[in-house]
Amino acid sequence: MEQQTEKPTIKTHLAAPSEVNIDALPRKLEVKDLRLSYGKDEALRGINLVIPEKKVTAFIGPSGCGKSTLLRCFNRMNDLVESCTITGEILLDGENIYQPNVDVAELRRQVGMVFQKPNPFPKSIYENVAYGLRLQGVNDRRTLDEVVEQSLRGAALWDEVKDRLHDNAFGLSGGQQQRLVIARAIAIEPEVLLLDEPASALDPISTLKIEELINELKEQYTIVIVTHNMQQAARVSDQTAFLYMGELIEYADTNTLFTTPAKKQTEDYITGRYG
Amino acid sequence: MQKGKHISEQFNSELESVRNAVLSMGGLVEKQLTDALTAIETNDASLADTVLSNDKKINALEMDIDGACTRIIAKRQPTASDLRLIVATLKTIADLERIGDEVKRLARVAKENFTSDQKHLLIGLENLGQLVVNMLRQALDSFARMDVESALEVHKLDSNIDRQYEGMMRQLMTYMMEDPRSIPKIMDVVWSARSLERIGDRCQNIAEYIIYNVQGKDVRHSSHESMEDTVRGGKPQV
Repeated sequence: MEQQTEKPTIKTHLAAPSEVNIDALPRKLEVKDLRLSYGKDEALRGINLVIPEKKVTAFIGPSGCGKSTLLRCFNRMNDLVESCTITGEILLDGENIYQPNVDVAELRRQVGMVFQKPNPFPKSIYENVAYGLRLQGVNDRRTLDEVVEQSLRGAALWDEVKDRLHDNAFGLSGGQQQRLVIARAIAIEPEVLLLDEPASALDPISTLKIEELINELKEQYTIVIVTHNMQQAARVSDQTAFLYMGELIEYADTNTLFTTPAKKQTEDYITGRYG
Repeated sequence: MQKGKHISEQFNSELESVRNAVLSMGGLVEKQLTDALTAIETNDASLADTVLSNDKKINALEMDIDGACTRIIAKRQPTASDLRLIVATLKTIADLERIGDEVKRLARVAKENFTSDQKHLLIGLENLGQLVVNMLRQALDSFARMDVESALEVHKLDSNIDRQYEGMMRQLMTYMMEDPRSIPKIMDVVWSARSLERIGDRCQNIAEYIIYNVQGKDVRHSSHESMEDTVRGGKPQV
C-alpha cells in the first residue's frame, strides 16, 4: 500500500464566519459625534459610525429611534426642517458635508434618496428617468435614450417596461414604481443611495425583487437603508446598526449582529422582546 | 436543487454551497471509511494514522456547515422546503460526523498487530465493511439527488448488515470459548464490527432525513413496511 500523503482538499465556499472589522474597510461616509435636535428634543445623541464603500449598511430600531433622521443627515434633508440644529461632522470621502461652502444640490446628486412610498412624477416612464439629466441640461436624444435604458436595466425594470416607455408611470404597479424611482435615482450616477423603508409599502414578492436589486446595486453604489423590517436588514445588508432613543447601541457586520449580538438590548430587540 | 430558483440569487447560492459542503463532507467520510478498511485488511499503520488525522477535517466541516445553517436561519428565515433542507442538513452532518468517529475506532484497530494465525478473525470484517461502504455510498448518492426511492432502498440495506453482524458475533464468541487467550484481540474485532453496524444505523438515519426533506414526512421510528406505505402515498405522520 503506497503512503497516502495527499490530503483531501475541501473547499466549502461557505461565507467566512469570522467577524468583519468595519473600520478596516474603505470608508465612504463617516459620522463623527453627530448631534441633532428638533427644537429642544434631541433626536440624535452623539452618533459615531463609519459607512464602508460599496456595501449595504442597514439602520434598524424601533419607531422614533432616530434612524430616518440619521439617514436624512447624509444628504442634508434636515436642512429643510426649520427648528433643526446639527452639530458634529459627516464626512463624504473625507470632506465634511456640513461645511458652509458645500453645494447642497451637488451633494444631493452624489447622495441620492429613495423614499418609503414610490413617488414617480406624473410623466411617462421615460421622462421620469430622464428628468435628472434634463435638469442638468442634457437634451441629446441619444444620450438620454442610453441613460434611460441603462438605468432601467440597472433597476431590473427594463424588460417589464421597454415596450411602453412613453406610458404614464402611474400605470405601473407599486413595486414597479419603486424600481422606477430607483432607476431615476441612479440615472444621475450618484455615489451613495439612501433608501428609507424602500419596500414597506410593497407586497412580499416585490419586496424580494427590491432586495435582490439592492444586492446588485451594491457593486456600484454605497447603499444605506433604513428599515422597520429586521429580517429585511438581515437579508440585504453587510453591516447593521441598531439605534435606540437617538443613540447607536450596536454596530456590527450583519452575520454577527443577527447571530451573536454583543449587547443585551440588541438581542432583546432582534428577538422581539421589546420595541 | 431540483426546486425552482429563489428571487434572491444570494439565498440560492447560500443553499447551494451548504448542499455542496455536505456532499464534500460525505465524500470525505466515505474515503475515510474505505481507507480504514484497507488499513485493517493490509495492516497498514501509516494509512491508519492518516485516517486518524483526517478526522479533524470532518469535524471542521461539520462546524462550518453548522455555522452556515445558523446564519441562513437567522438571516433568511427559510420556510417549507428550504426550512426542511436546513433541518435535514443539520441532522445529516451530525450523523456524518459520528460516522467519522466510528471510522476512527476502525483505524485504531488497524494499528493493532494481528499475527498470521489471528488473521482469520478479520475475514468477517472485510465482508461487513463492504456492505457498509455500499450503504454509505448509496445514502450519499440519494442525498445528492434527494431521491426518495433510493433512500428507501438504503433504509432496507440495514437489515442485511444487522444479519451479518449477528452472524459474526456468534462466530467470534465461538472463537473466544475455544481460546480465551485470544479474547483481547477478538474484542478489537468485536468493536470494529460494532462500529460498522452503527455506521449502518446512521446511514438509515440519513435516508430518513432525505424522505423528510423531500416529502415533509417524519418516518423515524417506524418499521420499514409502514415507512414504505407512508412514503408511497400514505398520509404524513404528524
